[in-house]
Amino acid sequence: MKWFWCLFFAFWPILGIAVCLVAPGYGWWFPGPAASPLGQRIDDLFYMILIITTLTFIGTQIGLAYVLFTGARRTDPDVQEKAWFSHGSHELEVIWSVAPAFILLFIALYQLDVWADYRVKDLFPHEKMEGLLSEGLHQKRDEHDNMHLAEVTARQFEWRIRYPGFDEDGNLLPLEREPQPTDLYDVNDLHLPASAPVMIMLKSQDVQHSFFLPELRVKQDAVPGLVIPVWFEATKKGEYALTCAELCGWGHYKMKARLVAESDEEFLEYLRELHRKQFFDGVVEAESEEDEDE
Amino acid sequence: MSSATTTAPESGHGHHHHNPEDRLALLKQIWMFSTDHKVIGIQFLVTTLLMLMVGGALALGVRWQLAFPWENMPFFGLLFPTEGGQISPEAYTMLFTMHATVMIFLVIIPVLAGAFGNFLIPLMIGADDMAFPILNALSYWFMWPAIFCFGASFFFGGGPGNGWTSYPVLSAVPEAAPGSGFAQFFWLMGVTLVGVSSMMGSVNYMTTIINMRAPGMTLFRMPLTIWGMFITAILQAFALPVLTAAGFMLVSDRMLGTCFFIPSGMVINNADPTVGGGQPLLWQHLFWFYSHPAVYIMLLPAMGMVSDMLACCCRKPIFGYKPMVYSMAAIAGLGFIVWGHHMFTSGMNPALGMTFMISTVMIALPSAVKVFNWIGTIWGGRPEFNTVFLNCVAFVSMFIVGGLSGIFMAAVPVDIYIHDTYFIVAHFHYVLFGATLFGVFGAVHFWFPKMFGRRMDETLGKWHFFLTFIGFNGTFFPMHLLGVAGMPRRYADPYLHPYLENLLPMNQFMTICACLMGFAQFILLFNFAYSLFKGQKAGMNPWLANGLEWVAPSPPGHGNFAAVPTVYRGPYEYSAPERDDDHWLQTEPPKSSPVPEPPKPEPTPDSAPVGEDTGSSS
Repeated sequence: MKWFWCLFFAFWPILGIAVCLVAPGYGWWFPGPAASPLGQRIDDLFYMILIITTLTFIGTQIGLAYVLFTGARRTDPDVQEKAWFSHGSHELEVIWSVAPAFILLFIALYQLDVWADYRVKDLFPHEKMEGLLSEGLHQKRDEHDNMHLAEVTARQFEWRIRYPGFDEDGNLLPLEREPQPTDLYDVNDLHLPASAPVMIMLKSQDVQHSFFLPELRVKQDAVPGLVIPVWFEATKKGEYALTCAELCGWGHYKMKARLVAESDEEFLEYLRELHRKQFFDGVVEAESEEDEDE
Repeated sequence: MSSATTTAPESGHGHHHHNPEDRLALLKQIWMFSTDHKVIGIQFLVTTLLMLMVGGALALGVRWQLAFPWENMPFFGLLFPTEGGQISPEAYTMLFTMHATVMIFLVIIPVLAGAFGNFLIPLMIGADDMAFPILNALSYWFMWPAIFCFGASFFFGGGPGNGWTSYPVLSAVPEAAPGSGFAQFFWLMGVTLVGVSSMMGSVNYMTTIINMRAPGMTLFRMPLTIWGMFITAILQAFALPVLTAAGFMLVSDRMLGTCFFIPSGMVINNADPTVGGGQPLLWQHLFWFYSHPAVYIMLLPAMGMVSDMLACCCRKPIFGYKPMVYSMAAIAGLGFIVWGHHMFTSGMNPALGMTFMISTVMIALPSAVKVFNWIGTIWGGRPEFNTVFLNCVAFVSMFIVGGLSGIFMAAVPVDIYIHDTYFIVAHFHYVLFGATLFGVFGAVHFWFPKMFGRRMDETLGKWHFFLTFIGFNGTFFPMHLLGVAGMPRRYADPYLHPYLENLLPMNQFMTICACLMGFAQFILLFNFAYSLFKGQKAGMNPWLANGLEWVAPSPPGHGNFAAVPTVYRGPYEYSAPERDDDHWLQTEPPKSSPVPEPPKPEPTPDSAPVGEDTGSSS
């Protein structure tokens, strides 16, 4: 029976690793490769840690299996060896304290840059926004304060989105911190330009939520009373899931929305469409009704 | 102090045991109001094992919903008639909230500190009881008002649904989670009362361990179990008041409108905007200042007990005793400055995130040292593959997984992605179930003979272990993959989101494994009850172990030892080459000096009202 248990403890780590190896094939893995440069760096970091921990896992489990097998052998009737009377080894303790310490310290220091680029606002690459929406959007924008393209307000159980509006000449205005009469609104449908870093303001209207873009590897809690800047960059145009990752009440799972990353022109067109819907003056409506009648 | 209970059996009931009234009186005196640490320990153990079943049943409700969303669950309609068999989203939030609450506050913390701490501390250090027996009894009896409060919270509007972390504003404003109004108040009272219970235990353990060690029991001759309990007691004493204070602040936010945690201008569920000026992040800081050390409160005693059991099962001294002690102390020390890693995505200053990240990564170091030393302890041993040993090996094997997955979330950028996903759920179940509970299962089998004078059944024990291990890994290993796939926690219906749709079959597999694991626990309960009456009789030292508890009778009478034992060596001198025996009791005088000269105890004058050469020698 003792050999069964030895095999048992040796077998399960093999099974675990096998499951992890086949998992991506079944879609039990990341929801696609990271769709943002910072997300790509997160994935790289993840895989680096995965390699280090997998090696450690294999090493320790082999060590465990080895001591189990040799221990079981020692109790065989033909061997009957006494246990090794040892209180430990100073050398080994030093080795297995210092070696992990260096590895851990390396992991700790290695990731600082990624973290800083994610969260330190001064490091927001605003210069990359230069080419963005070159006509209307950029001209009134001062680079320190007002780089937000949208304000996302979470509430039970939806995402409310506020965009800047247009002035009378049809130029895009900057997004002010306080709501303006010209602002445009939508719900659960966040449109942003792709291929340049964009910043949003994240707020909560009631309880705590968390703004989670799984494909972009972005997550930031929306904390009541705080306005938190979040920035990210979608590398590809397309639709991405936007969900809530912090328990916000019974309907937590229902906070389903989408991020649409599109070209600058499409984004502007989307805002114009919002503008038309929101500020329709009846004339346009009447014309279109006539069209329909015909 | 507790002479009433000591004398009870002799004073008059000697041969009238067949009279039911007498029996009842006896039972009352011995059990209900006993201040004997062993009785209190067993009371804690039985209570927590029952609560384990309650917490497990709640977890199965969560698993049911994730595997078969919105389908009627068997038995659920009977228990919660208002739900009509289907788990509503509100009921779902209640289920995972109460699962965590029961498991943390009513199972893991009390089973380690309450059950094994109580039973083992005086026995292992050679004391006749705790320093404050009445306080000790109170610490058990304060569990019941807590259980009542948690139980009552089920019946007010469907139960508290704010998660065991109870983040405000959700938990601070009744409108935020409609229906859970008064339940949240009861929940907070329950947390406060278990806190009172823990605190009474904590001061008692510290005092007992410092002052009541037997002669010769120096600090570095203490078993690692005692070190674990001692460090845990210190952690409790320093961390718990913060949670208690935070709990009262939250209660007064709810009941008195104090607005510690509620900012102004929040429009919640279309109610009037809040007036406030509070800060929800304050709760997170206060809560995790307790609840992160609490993670180690839920682990360190198990680490100690597993060390003792492994050494005994392998007939070998512990590998690196002092590094084991120091690493436990390091885990506890670092444990106080890592709470912010629960808040990496919360919007606190990024520089603060960096410091918390570094302390969090470094806490893996003492954990790694412990793992290496456990493997070193088995290395070169003569393990007997009994239930105790299997559970201890599982502890080590599972703790490796739980420790390594912790490195992913310690890395802040990676944590941005996996935070609040099932990866976290996998991680802490590997630590709290995979490590701690397997350690507890081992400890139940190991010390059962000392508690009741009989052994637990080996065959049943192995079946329980086998099924639990398979069910456990089948349930929790895939959670890592769910987390990597980005499945958030606490979703009543994750499949609403297209990117999670393909995870349904895996969740169904996990639920089947969870049912298997739940079923296996009935084997444990049956084995426990069966062995209580029919188990093989155990002598004083069934495992041929070295510790002081094994020189007391099984079960020990009131006062534990016939005479105060004298300690001559550490508890791990197994297989010493100069001896034929492979164990060497701590109380056995060295052969070299025929007239034993017991080493002087540490300066603890209270602990030695002794005729010193009466130290029992076997």
